[in-house]
Amino acid sequence: MPLPYYVSPEQMMKDKAEYARKGISRGRSIVALEYRDGILLVAENPSSLLHKVSEIYDRIAFAGVGKYNEFENLRIAGIRHADVKGYSYSRGDVTAKALANAYSQALGNIFTQDIKPFEVEVLVAEVGDENGSRNEVYHILYDGTIEDERNYAAMGGQAEEIRRFLKDHYKDGMTLDEALQLGVRALNVTQNKSLTERDLEVAVLDRTKTRRKFRRIPPEVLSQLLATAS
Amino acid sequence: MTDNEWQMAFQDYSTCSFIDLLHRTSPRLLPTLGASVEGVEVPHGTTVLALRFRDGVIMAGDRQATAGYQVASRRIDKVFKCDDLSGIGIAGAAGPAMEMAKLFQTELEHYEKVEGDNLSLEGKANKLSQMIRMNLQAAMMGLAVVPIFAGFDEKAGLGRLFKYDITGGRYEERDYDAQGSGSKDARDSLKKLWKRDMGRDDALRVALEALVDAADEDVGTGGPDLIRGIFPTVKAVTRSGFTEVGEDEIRRVCEAILKDRSMSEQGG
Repeated sequence: MPLPYYVSPEQMMKDKAEYARKGISRGRSIVALEYRDGILLVAENPSSLLHKVSEIYDRIAFAGVGKYNEFENLRIAGIRHADVKGYSYSRGDVTAKALANAYSQALGNIFTQDIKPFEVEVLVAEVGDENGSRNEVYHILYDGTIEDERNYAAMGGQAEEIRRFLKDHYKDGMTLDEALQLGVRALNVTQNKSLTERDLEVAVLDRTKTRRKFRRIPPEVLSQLLATAS
Repeated sequence: MTDNEWQMAFQDYSTCSFIDLLHRTSPRLLPTLGASVEGVEVPHGTTVLALRFRDGVIMAGDRQATAGYQVASRRIDKVFKCDDLSGIGIAGAAGPAMEMAKLFQTELEHYEKVEGDNLSLEGKANKLSQMIRMNLQAAMMGLAVVPIFAGFDEKAGLGRLFKYDITGGRYEERDYDAQGSGSKDARDSLKKLWKRDMGRDDALRVALEALVDAADEDVGTGGPDLIRGIFPTVKAVTRSGFTEVGEDEIRRVCEAILKDRSMSEQGG
């Protein structure tokens, strides 16, 4: 039996990380912004049927970049986790933190154990309620690294550049259309053309809604919102 | 067959069902019954009804749960929202029925989130029928659940309602139906009062008249309780969604009904 080639663990992890990063950087980007009434998620996504942003539970939303089949699997796993937990305890006991930890565990395990790591990054956002509990946004990387983000978050192809832009331009207490303008401008930074409503997928976690806070913003409304500002 | 793993994506039909998920991962969470409860008095929900009107359907229920000859609860709500376009009214053993309503509601929401689309009204009615069949064993032991399911059918553009038997048999009713111990009296009342293309206010009055009649004839059904301020619950499902009719409005209509009846009683 021929001996397998020896590859040092360090080298193996480095190769995997590079592979995953390359896959993710080819994809388009997503930004998340806190605004006055909740959290806004803006994704560059020319498809109106295959979503990158979706609802997990009452106050929790999911966004994924990278390989569609991989983050779609993670999304469904998240919905299952949340629904079973909410069914066996109460709806208020389903939290973004537990879900983000589960994602972190899953991605960490896949990264170390499988030959091919997932080429994805995901965002788990939970909107605070009206009596003052704060928003939570967790960013989980391909290797299970987890970070909690304040005010804004970006991931995908040119996330660094977008993050730099948001750092300079983000302000507290924005209205929905201000936040939307900022989000689209941030995504535009990395483009050589200007994005229109057809290139965007936008959803919000709106704390003024009852129970299920997730709401998609349809293209017609989006074009109006974008037009009012420019 | 490990070499055919990719085929699983096609052979697994249960990816969007919450109940199937529980079967696979947490069967202990599914409602089951280990022993017979025959001879033990458990609370029963009494009268619920649904009727069609111009814009959709109205669902209503009295507030009493009855165990044998005792009032088990005076304030339970028997009509629940399933999703934006449908509701369920429960009659029969209150515990299992509420559990079933909760499970059904989760099932619909789970489907909607995973698939990114709503089930059709037909699909929802069918799913509920399977759930009632799951409960058959418990039903044979004295814990029958017989709901009314009603909603707005977006494709057909009208309100529809379905009744069930304990085996999961599903029967679509065209105009109105009632379930529970006072259902016969409520149905008789609806038969005389229901009219095609009623407006919302007329439909609300007819629904409450029927519940008052049911409470009048059936000992298990609770009528409007003026002393404690407890009135039936009424919900409406239309194209624009599921709404609860406000308590003030229900109180007003109930008082009007009782006033009219006491006047005719006194020959005024």
